[in-house]
Amino acid sequence: MSIDSVFVHKMWNDHELSKMVRGGVPFPMLSDTGGKVGSIYGIYDENAGVETRGRFIIDPDGIIQGYEVLTPPVGRNVSESLRQVQAFQLVRKSKGTEAIPSGWRPGKMTLKPGPELVGNVWKVWKTKMAFD
Amino acid sequence: MPQEFKPGCARPTTGGVVGGEKTQKETLQTEQAIKKEEKTMLLIGRKAPDFTAPAYHKGKFVNLQLSEYFGKWILLCFYPGDFTFV
Repeated sequence: MSIDSVFVHKMWNDHELSKMVRGGVPFPMLSDTGGKVGSIYGIYDENAGVETRGRFIIDPDGIIQGYEVLTPPVGRNVSESLRQVQAFQLVRKSKGTEAIPSGWRPGKMTLKPGPELVGNVWKVWKTKMAFD
Repeated sequence: MPQEFKPGCARPTTGGVVGGEKTQKETLQTEQAIKKEEKTMLLIGRKAPDFTAPAYHKGKFVNLQLSEYFGKWILLCFYPGDFTFV
């Protein structure tokens, strides 16, 4: 979503993005002329008149589980966004019985919070795992 | 489902935040609420504000509403503008 019109979205997709992604952008390119939606989400920069790089993870209940906001010159890491979605999906599937330690990636160990884990995380989770 | 629309000469504008246009008094209250919201900006763990917006999707212009996608996982991404470099 940006403050551009759908006409400009079409031009950008057809003339540039479709050369990067076969078939063009697969998801809807939303238009927020005037920045009303961006203002509600708190990422509209009124002085510049543009939206900053805000990214929101919304779960199936419509609840915002996480967000990240960057200023315009730095791009996002899509893999990190997907990793976070996978982590939230795992937590949801476990109905909150599992927690995702720092540095987790799909397939790696999770934590099962409970009285016996208090003070014992050091036995199952090592600091280097934060940087895996 | 997203409704396709035929663009006219006017630039298609944002549908807006669902809840819609209100009387002046109500609008003022909404604006005050938004201002308050911006100060706190603690959206995490709360319902994502619903909105409608025009979009370009696979060769068509469509109007869609965020809540139509509830039931799935959504990544809502904002960016400064088309043809920006990153």
